[in-house]
Amino acid sequence: MTRRVVLTGLGWLVAFVFLLPYLQMFITALKPEKELTKSPGTYLPSHWTWSNFIDVWSAAPVWTYLRVSLTVAAAATIVTLACAMPAAYYTARNRFRGRGAFLLLVLVTQMFAPTALVIGIYREMVALNLTDTLLALILVNAAFNLPFCIWILHGYFSSIPKELEEAAFLDGAGRVGALTRVTLPISMPGVVTAIVYTFIAAWNEYIVALTVTASPDRRPLTVGVPSFVTQYQAHWQFLFATSLIAIVPVVILFIFIERYLIGGLTAGSVK
Amino acid sequence: MQDLKTRRRGAATSQAPRPSLLRRTGRALTPLAWLGPSLVLICVVVLWPVIEMVRTSLQHITSSGVTVGYNGTTNYTDLFDEDDLIPVVLRTLLWVGGIVVITMTLSLALGQLLNARFPGRRVVRWAVIVPWAASVLMTALIWKWMLDNYSGLVNRVLLDLHIIDKPVNWLAHPGQAMLWMMWVAVFVSLPFTSFVILAGLQTIPEDVYEAARVDGASAFRTYFGITLPLLRPAILIASIINVINVFNSFPIIWAMTAGGPGSDTDTTTTFMYKLAFYDQHVGESGAMAVVNFALILVMVLFYLRAARWREEVR
Repeated sequence: MTRRVVLTGLGWLVAFVFLLPYLQMFITALKPEKELTKSPGTYLPSHWTWSNFIDVWSAAPVWTYLRVSLTVAAAATIVTLACAMPAAYYTARNRFRGRGAFLLLVLVTQMFAPTALVIGIYREMVALNLTDTLLALILVNAAFNLPFCIWILHGYFSSIPKELEEAAFLDGAGRVGALTRVTLPISMPGVVTAIVYTFIAAWNEYIVALTVTASPDRRPLTVGVPSFVTQYQAHWQFLFATSLIAIVPVVILFIFIERYLIGGLTAGSVK
Repeated sequence: MQDLKTRRRGAATSQAPRPSLLRRTGRALTPLAWLGPSLVLICVVVLWPVIEMVRTSLQHITSSGVTVGYNGTTNYTDLFDEDDLIPVVLRTLLWVGGIVVITMTLSLALGQLLNARFPGRRVVRWAVIVPWAASVLMTALIWKWMLDNYSGLVNRVLLDLHIIDKPVNWLAHPGQAMLWMMWVAVFVSLPFTSFVILAGLQTIPEDVYEAARVDGASAFRTYFGITLPLLRPAILIASIINVINVFNSFPIIWAMTAGGPGSDTDTTTTFMYKLAFYDQHVGESGAMAVVNFALILVMVLFYLRAARWREEVR
């Protein structure tokens, strides 16, 4: 019984520690601007300024940041899925020369992050005349998340017995019918995981967007948000109001896919 | 291609009827149709930058961005002549080592807690996920604000508890700033790591513990004799992935101190970035990038071993 009480207490303490910074975001976003320069700081807003969440839209081109983030994340997700699905399905169903090499390439590049390669990416985009375009961001986000998507989908497709598909085929469903009516529904958790993971990774991507974009109307949220606080202005309340707009939806999405993620991220060594 | 050539040679010597050349070519090319888009995307956007980076490291590029030509290893000797390099490398080792060791230790406890049964466990698990899903940049920014000299929460709490008697400018002193940024890095690494440990714990069958209980093993012995050894694959893979992620970690330092004052809180990653985009020494930055990338490749080799990739692709 005491063990249970201690565990519960510890659990809630952990939850509090992990949520504290985001709670602080929320509280700061609701403080009037004058209160932000007070020393020492206040725990709670003296006046709960809900209007900050309305004023933020005119304080900076937040709509543009949001539109850019959405466009890049959605387009990157579509490109990634369109490339990953056939590759994952084919490698799961067929033995062919180069299969091992391909899967090795996928595993190795899964560990590459744009950060280490940012100089090379920047030089390439200059050479291709793609700097300051959304296409550059879409391509980079699609390509760097592709290996993970191939890997997780490969795992799902491999786990579905070939016989199941063949049975549907023999029953007259046709090759395409067998694929869309049997294989795809069973591998739905994998597909959804790939979609959500790519979307969130592209949504949160920072260093390439910071490096490759220049004009204000091509900045995603991650690059736009810090510009609320510069040498000349300090609108922390708007900075965190926008941050919350960026964070809350993806946290909710993420909670749904978490249990499907670990196997894919650890290349299956922990399942 | 190799495949095609050997088959063609085989066709010339054997007498048995074989499918037409067109058919065989078609069959050899089928995988390409399925894998093609992925291969193109990976080669053009992931592998090309690697080549471009190596090329950059061997080129003389003026501060205005004009490529003058190749200049051998000048960029590398320039890099190794930087006075800041040795401190930056040592700091990077401390950064990676410190964060990964602390993250792994805390995650072992946290994974255990998330695996235990108590009311509200589901909500606690959700709370732990939040820093994983949220933008690392934005998490770093809220910590920067909480550590603010004038109105930050950390100073307020410490003042109220009489631990400090006047506000401390935490991020202005390299030592303190480094420790706080390491904490933020631990904070954002904990969710993934403890969920890997949790997944590892869930693979341990209940009857192993049952047997230990029957044998009268103490909780201490059960943990170090059974749980920890069985968690080895999870610990190994999580450590390697963490080393790579933490080494690549850019937004935390960039948002909180930008490597300053001077380069006193830089790691090799932010140092590389500043060389290219602040100091306009693009070639030298390329050299730093190549060194960074080589280190990551070594970690990827460890990763492949730990992931037992040969069994995985079967």
